[in-house]
Amino acid sequence: MSLLTLLFGEKKKTASIAKERLQLIIAREHGTDGRGADFLPALQRELIEVISKYVAVNPDDIKVQLERQDNYEVLEVNIVLPDLKS
Amino acid sequence: MGKTTTSAAFASGLALRGFKTAVIDFDVGLRNLDLIMGCERRVVYDFVNVINGEARLNQALIKDKHCENLFVLPASQTRDKEALTEEGVEAVIRELEHMGFDYVVCDSPAGIERGAIMALTFADEAIVTTNPEVSSVRDSDRILGILQSKSRRAAEGREPVKEHLLLTRYSPKRVDDGEMLSYKDVQELLRVPLIGVIPESESVLHASNQGTPAIHLKGTDVSEAYTDVVSRFLGEDRPLRFVNYDKPGLIKRLFGGK
Repeated sequence: MSLLTLLFGEKKKTASIAKERLQLIIAREHGTDGRGADFLPALQRELIEVISKYVAVNPDDIKVQLERQDNYEVLEVNIVLPDLKS
Repeated sequence: MGKTTTSAAFASGLALRGFKTAVIDFDVGLRNLDLIMGCERRVVYDFVNVINGEARLNQALIKDKHCENLFVLPASQTRDKEALTEEGVEAVIRELEHMGFDYVVCDSPAGIERGAIMALTFADEAIVTTNPEVSSVRDSDRILGILQSKSRRAAEGREPVKEHLLLTRYSPKRVDDGEMLSYKDVQELLRVPLIGVIPESESVLHASNQGTPAIHLKGTDVSEAYTDVVSRFLGEDRPLRFVNYDKPGLIKRLFGGK
């Protein structure tokens, strides 16, 4: 260990950067290649249908996303309702 | 990464244990298994000749020079990948079964094209060979997905292909220094049982230079590691070796030596 790293603290090891990057990319690719969450597009479509019955929403304002954090998955549904004043 | 080296060593290991084994090169157009096995000058007919009915399987199989019950089926160097038809590959594998082969090792080419798909279609077990390196781990994850969707076992809804993970070119020192993904990291990412870790070693180059599968280089770490892999594949318990780095002591550092 050189004097510089002692003074300025250790730089992040590249192996742990590699692991973090792989965790993200593998989780994302599992979402798109048919393994795991392949129901997302259908879910999004049906949500739009149901919500459209009650509120006039723009299909682009409904976002469905699946995220993986450590050992659990988070299903995030984001619906932007139209401005009431208009 | 290390697929052909591994296929050659693994098939030889099975043969050394007394199993009648065939190893098939699926890399049509870029064959190399013949070179690694040291039988390149004895290739007359190849896998594609057999599929097209231009030669009998008996004529194309090359008897290995190191092992009594090991045979090599080389790929064609001149045709393209489309020459491998599913029916043709299936017929060859069935015929090998009829000839009394215990194991057929399919050496897959890189990528996810026809050769690779054909190599995994009829698999009962798969050894996914990975380097502790980002692109290799990602590709392995992809191939694992394909294995579970495109194999015959998957298509027929039978029990899935049994997967094994093999790490090659592993450097315990670089792992220790935080420069390389550890085998535990890779296993956690891919979630496939580990069948072995092959250390990075100069002997792999020595082996390929001479056309001798690395498992025959007695006394080397690589040979021992591949022997362990074969034992684990056959269901025996073998502790993981060559994964820990021992810091050299003062004397060793002063006087060198390995």
